[in-house]
Amino acid sequence: MKISRINWPLWLGFLIAFAGGLSFPLVFVWFPVTRDFPWANLLLFLVAAVFLWQGVRRGFARNREHPTRSKIVASIVGVLGVAMIGLFLFSYFVVGRWLPASKGAPQVGQKMPEFSLPDADGKQVSLNELLSTPVNGQPPKGVLLIFYRGYW
Amino acid sequence: MAISVDSPEDSRNLMQQAGYTFAFLSDQKREVIRRFDLVHADGGGKGVDISRPAEFLVDKTGTVRWMMLTENYWVRARPEEILEKTRMLE
Repeated sequence: MKISRINWPLWLGFLIAFAGGLSFPLVFVWFPVTRDFPWANLLLFLVAAVFLWQGVRRGFARNREHPTRSKIVASIVGVLGVAMIGLFLFSYFVVGRWLPASKGAPQVGQKMPEFSLPDADGKQVSLNELLSTPVNGQPPKGVLLIFYRGYW
Repeated sequence: MAISVDSPEDSRNLMQQAGYTFAFLSDQKREVIRRFDLVHADGGGKGVDISRPAEFLVDKTGTVRWMMLTENYWVRARPEEILEKTRMLE
C-alpha cells in the first residue's frame, strides 16, 4: 500500500489550531456566551490537538518516504501547533486575570465620590450634573458608570 | 456613561464608529480611576496605565446600588443583567 506523501493530519491540525486562535478576536469575542468562557475555541483546540497528535505519529512512522524529513517537519509543526494553543490559553486564562484587586472601589451602599471629567466634546461633566439634569423631561433615576479599558 | 483613559477625540471617534449616544468621559490624568482604585498599571502596555473594567449603578442620591468587578477582563457584565439591575432604581 502506498503511503500518502503529505502528512495531512499534521497540517489539518495546525490549520485548526490557527483558526481556533484567530477566531476568538474575529468572531467569538462578539458574543458574550462564547467570550465569558471560550468553549468554542477550546473545542477547536481539542480537535486540532487530536489531528496534531495523529500527524506527529504519522511523521515518525517508519514507512515514510523520507523518514528524517518527516520527523523534522512533524516536530516543528507539532510544536508550533501546541504553542498556538498554549498562547491562547495563556492570554485568556492568565493575562486576562492580571487585574488589580481594586479593594478601594466604591462598594454597594456607599456614596459615589463626586467627580468631574470632560466628555467627547471637551465639555466638563460632573456626577452631580448627571444625576440632576432631566432626561426627556424626567429627572434621572440614576446613572450607570461603565469603566472600560479603552485604548483600542 | 462610559469612562476610560482615552482622549475626548478618541472617544468621539469610537462613538461615531459604533453609533453610541450615551456620554463618554475621558480620564486622561487617571484621577478618577485612581480615586476609585481601578488603575490597571501598565494594562495598556509600554507603561501605560488604564482602567480595569468595572460597572457601577448609582441611584439619584448618589449611592452605589450595584457594582461589578470581574476576575478576568474578558468577562464583562451582560446587558440583560444590567437592565435587570436598573429596575432597582424605580
